[in-house]
Amino acid sequence: MISNSELVKKYFRYNKKFPHIWCPGCGIGTILGSMLRAIDDLELEKDDIAFVSGIGCTGRAPVYVDFNTLHTTHGRALPFATGLKLARPELKVIVATGDGDSTAIGGNHLIHACRRNIDITTIIFNNYIYGMTGGQYSPTTPHGDKAYTCKLGNIERPFNISALVEAAGATFVGRSTSYHTLQLKNIIKRAIQHKGFSVVEVITHCPTTYGRINRKGGAVEMLEWQKEVAVDREKAAKMSPEELEGKIVTGILLERELPEFCEQYDTIIEKAQSLDKG
Amino acid sequence: MRKKPSYQLMQGNEAAAEGALAAGVNFFAGYPITPSTEIAEILADRLPANGGKFIQMEDEIGSIAAIIGASIGGCKSLTATSGPGFSLMQENLGFACLAEVPLVIVNVMRGGPSTGMPTSPSQGDVMQSRWGTHGDHPIIVLSPASVEETFHYTIKAVNLAEKYRNPVIVLMDEVIGHMRARVSLPPWPMVERVNRVKPNMPPEWYNPYERQASGVAPMAAFGDGYRYHVTGLVHDAKGFPTANPNEARDNLRGLFAKIERGFREICLVDYEEMEDAEHAIVAYGCMVLSARSALEQLREAGHRVGLIKLGTLWPFPRFALERYLPQLKNIIVPELNLGQVYREVLRVNAGHANIEKINRINGTIITPEEIIKTVKGLIR
Repeated sequence: MISNSELVKKYFRYNKKFPHIWCPGCGIGTILGSMLRAIDDLELEKDDIAFVSGIGCTGRAPVYVDFNTLHTTHGRALPFATGLKLARPELKVIVATGDGDSTAIGGNHLIHACRRNIDITTIIFNNYIYGMTGGQYSPTTPHGDKAYTCKLGNIERPFNISALVEAAGATFVGRSTSYHTLQLKNIIKRAIQHKGFSVVEVITHCPTTYGRINRKGGAVEMLEWQKEVAVDREKAAKMSPEELEGKIVTGILLERELPEFCEQYDTIIEKAQSLDKG
Repeated sequence: MRKKPSYQLMQGNEAAAEGALAAGVNFFAGYPITPSTEIAEILADRLPANGGKFIQMEDEIGSIAAIIGASIGGCKSLTATSGPGFSLMQENLGFACLAEVPLVIVNVMRGGPSTGMPTSPSQGDVMQSRWGTHGDHPIIVLSPASVEETFHYTIKAVNLAEKYRNPVIVLMDEVIGHMRARVSLPPWPMVERVNRVKPNMPPEWYNPYERQASGVAPMAAFGDGYRYHVTGLVHDAKGFPTANPNEARDNLRGLFAKIERGFREICLVDYEEMEDAEHAIVAYGCMVLSARSALEQLREAGHRVGLIKLGTLWPFPRFALERYLPQLKNIIVPELNLGQVYREVLRVNAGHANIEKINRINGTIITPEEIIKTVKGLIR
């Protein structure tokens, strides 16, 4: 596997864009590292990758890496990516988005991208909170947990992102954590190789906001928690619902083959041209 | 692909779609909305046969996002909408202004605010088209006054968007959108097509926002081998976010400078009977039709009246008024809103002539007779 220094030299805009804006202990960099290792394993050309994001801490990821990078508006990474993918189907389009970006303001785009099955890989960095604005509750903040807009406890129930995207029609769903970097790398690899709309949900930590207000400790304690609660899918299949209480099932949760949007559109073009509707 | 010239009876909305195709538009993303839907329907039908692509998005926010993405991928991109959808597009319209992404929005105006009067004419979005998105930003807005002009203005809009790397809005009204008229359609090879300037330097030398002498920076498409960063944050010449006051100034001032440089080319204005005019009607969109009819009748009655027809609304073509101000006693501004261009006329006039506005916001148009009555009242 590629070493850290080689990874930085090969993929980062290291002489232009550092230091980064993320807090000490943040999980975003670790996830980004797994993504880059996946890309390196797949031997993809940097010119062939478009890396698209929305707004928030995760939204800042593209600026640091040496691909075709597009930092869009809040919640809209997926429709931007959809237009780009249709214009350039040969590009590998990867979207980085946070839990608020993808399931609150961008929730509508997320479910429709799933339904369309367009060949885009979406990595959802789920840290249960709006980090950049200082720690407000998000659609994935657990019920009863605190945030700076629900200091007495969250009375909303959270989305289960992986279940949501599966129900909406995603054809690949994987989940991992920022602790399980090797598993995460392998899932992202499979997601990129998958033809269709793939989602990788990554459970991660925000020690600065979510960790602090919920007294979860620092980054190390939060990573240890991820290690504790994660259960691989195969192991989970043998566990009872009681045993799975409070656990997070990881691994490739779903993989199915369905017609991909761009490929289907190509058949529309062929049909229209044979009918000469121009 | 149209190879021979032809005459066709068509709606303004159809003419907009024809213009888009003739200009080389090869990507459309949209969401159905009255009274613009025909444009989406026609392009859904016609784009694939011409090798282009159409997608119906989940809403208008997604629609403009998709055309920005496609434009960054190298496509000539267009969407069509009306008031409520245009409101939803505003945030990403600002993104396209700042990231300098060429695109065209056709806004077939309907009565507002809110759901308003979906099938009734209005010109209520003039100021929204200028200032709808937050922050200081440049914009180009064209307003056709006939079905045939819609065809030509849509082509012009695509070409200006490409040339200036800026969003262009074709601001139509429901009357022009749904009116039917005979249109002369040229063969496509006869249509002027402007393509964005692409970089020709080696990728390692490419700075995506380093302006050339034209005021516009060359634009590589993603996938062309020029890896670069696009953001809605204020950025430096490399496209990277900056908080440096000098770089921020250069970024934002540069947006305006490129449009100011092209001001004369961007401004479409026509003058009718203005040489000896003492009274001018300033009109755009469907109000040109009423104004022109009023003008003919007033001239027949011996009154020295002329018409200044604004094809471009933004940047506001102030010279069109300024050149005639010394000879004008009255300027009449009929609009299907409460005076949105009137305020611009007032500003440019700076006290020279008397300015009279005629306004209507009930879903009906201002008739030639009403304009005649106003003009005669002023002359007496």
